[in-house]
Amino acid sequence: MMAASLAASFLSAEGVDQIFVTLKLWCVAHTPGPLQIVVGILLTIVPIIVIFPALFAVTTVLERKGLGRIQNRYGPNRVGPFGVLQPMADAVKSLTKEDLVPRAADQIVHYLAPLVLVGAAFLAFAVLPIGRNMVAVNLDAGVLFFFAIGAGTELAVFMAGWSSRNKYSLLGAMRAIAQMISYEIPLILSSVAVIMIAGTLSTTRIVELQAQTTGTLAHWNVFTPWGLAGFVLFMIAATAETNRSPFDLPEGESEIIAGYFIEYSGFKFALFFLAEYLEMFAVSGLGITLFLGGWSSPFSFLAWIPSWMWFFGKLLTLIVAFIWVRGTVPRLRMDQLMNFAWKFMLPMSLIVIFSAGIWRFLPLAVAGSTALGAMVRWLVCASIIIGPYVVLARTLERGRSIEKRTYRFAE
Amino acid sequence: MLGEGIIQGLFETARNFFGSYVEKDRLTTVQYPEERHTLPEASRNFPFLLFDGPDPDAGLRCVSCQICEKECPPRCIHIEKSKDKKPDFVGKMQAYPAVFDIDVSVCMSCQICVEVCPFDAIRMDKVFELSTSDRFGGLLWDKHELSKSNEYYQQIHPVEAAETDERRAKELVDAQAKAAAAAAAAAAKAAAAAQPADASSNGAAPAPANPAKTVTS
Repeated sequence: MMAASLAASFLSAEGVDQIFVTLKLWCVAHTPGPLQIVVGILLTIVPIIVIFPALFAVTTVLERKGLGRIQNRYGPNRVGPFGVLQPMADAVKSLTKEDLVPRAADQIVHYLAPLVLVGAAFLAFAVLPIGRNMVAVNLDAGVLFFFAIGAGTELAVFMAGWSSRNKYSLLGAMRAIAQMISYEIPLILSSVAVIMIAGTLSTTRIVELQAQTTGTLAHWNVFTPWGLAGFVLFMIAATAETNRSPFDLPEGESEIIAGYFIEYSGFKFALFFLAEYLEMFAVSGLGITLFLGGWSSPFSFLAWIPSWMWFFGKLLTLIVAFIWVRGTVPRLRMDQLMNFAWKFMLPMSLIVIFSAGIWRFLPLAVAGSTALGAMVRWLVCASIIIGPYVVLARTLERGRSIEKRTYRFAE
Repeated sequence: MLGEGIIQGLFETARNFFGSYVEKDRLTTVQYPEERHTLPEASRNFPFLLFDGPDPDAGLRCVSCQICEKECPPRCIHIEKSKDKKPDFVGKMQAYPAVFDIDVSVCMSCQICVEVCPFDAIRMDKVFELSTSDRFGGLLWDKHELSKSNEYYQQIHPVEAAETDERRAKELVDAQAKAAAAAAAAAAKAAAAAQPADASSNGAAPAPANPAKTVTS
């Protein structure tokens, strides 16, 4: 009886949209009273712990195949049809490998570092709305919580580097910390623009505001000049924050080998990789929440597609973009990385905040016309960003000539 | 710095990505166990011993002169000479190797053994799927593992094999001619010697034919 009415409620578009919420409430309602709160919490946490690592497994094989095709190779194609079972083989391999711990290492910290890293990465998903009414914890200060937890990964990185008692791991950890802290500033500053406009730190509220529509177009922040520039800056900073190519400096075969996780093997090494990808998903999820309208559809006539599909579709698109960029851009040198963060990213993110402020106070209608008003608003705010961008880019490029490097002692 | 280079690069990689699904020529990878490159004629890695005819023991060209053993830089060849002898391809009685071992884990594929061999008995092979679970015994090849027929050699290195076969055929013809000449000379000498002897006794008449017969057989 109950199951039938439950199944009937899934037939409408609304029902499909809320399918997981309804299922969870149904499960909770059918558990004995004292257990309800526990079951409710578990049903919120377990899907996050299952789905995102599964997405990690899918992403590893997609990434390897995609990079292969970019380089005119096949990529993995041995395990299962077209190599789709490769993640299973990788999992078996990393589980059966010997777990080596250096004798001189600080055993406890060395053991804890990957756990802290994975824990912090998972906690970040708590505030991401992955669908309408689908957020684990609806915090008033959700964005703040996200960045605070994100800083926890830096602690874990340094724990790993320091406890290994290895010069490469320590140098790698210092590099990673320097990079992560430098890029955290433009990451946070570019989201400040969104927080300013939305007037709230709650991730659910930010998405709800973007889900509103004018005509057929949704109010996504990325459709505004400051939002577009902020989104680009956010994604560049996110790439650096998650140590992905072209900012994968914490790893460097030729100088510091594997960086801070050099002394990790077997499953702990796999945990580092898992955490790296989880951070990538989490920060992409935040980018979607802040700029790409979270679970909302861009056009009102596409609103029949379930909200969670929109979120995961956007997430997969961003993952593909990450892979595409990784296959394209050569990695930076350490000084270029720092110059880019402090001389380009930081001023640009401040300009984006300024442009967002101007956007907020420009009148909606000029001479009684909202269309003209929108156009003026767009042009003014875009020129506030593009002008400084061109000036900054030209200034940084000046006095730099590309010539053949000459060596004094080598050759 | 304006970022147009990155956009160009993104287009280039996208072109590679989609192109690799459309144009098969882009994918240069050979899917190894199923597909293989044919190895070039000049490819060579480890030595093997050649034999003529169907029987590796009877036809083995090696006469165990041990030149290769002495010349081998990493000293991976071990030869023990036989006590008895067997005829070689021109019919001359030669020793043969009772033991001929090559430790391929030591061999450095320098091909010096091939260059020094005066009997065309050792040549370079092009097999490469040599993995074994026994790192000592499995990589120490004895005479029987090393012996391969001349037909196999003609197959893997046709140009070299043709040259060797031609030279050996000439050697055989020369040897036969020389033997025939020697036999003729011996026969003539015997005849000359037999002429006066004939008068004294008839008993030794068929004897002079014998040396020629042994050489040509």
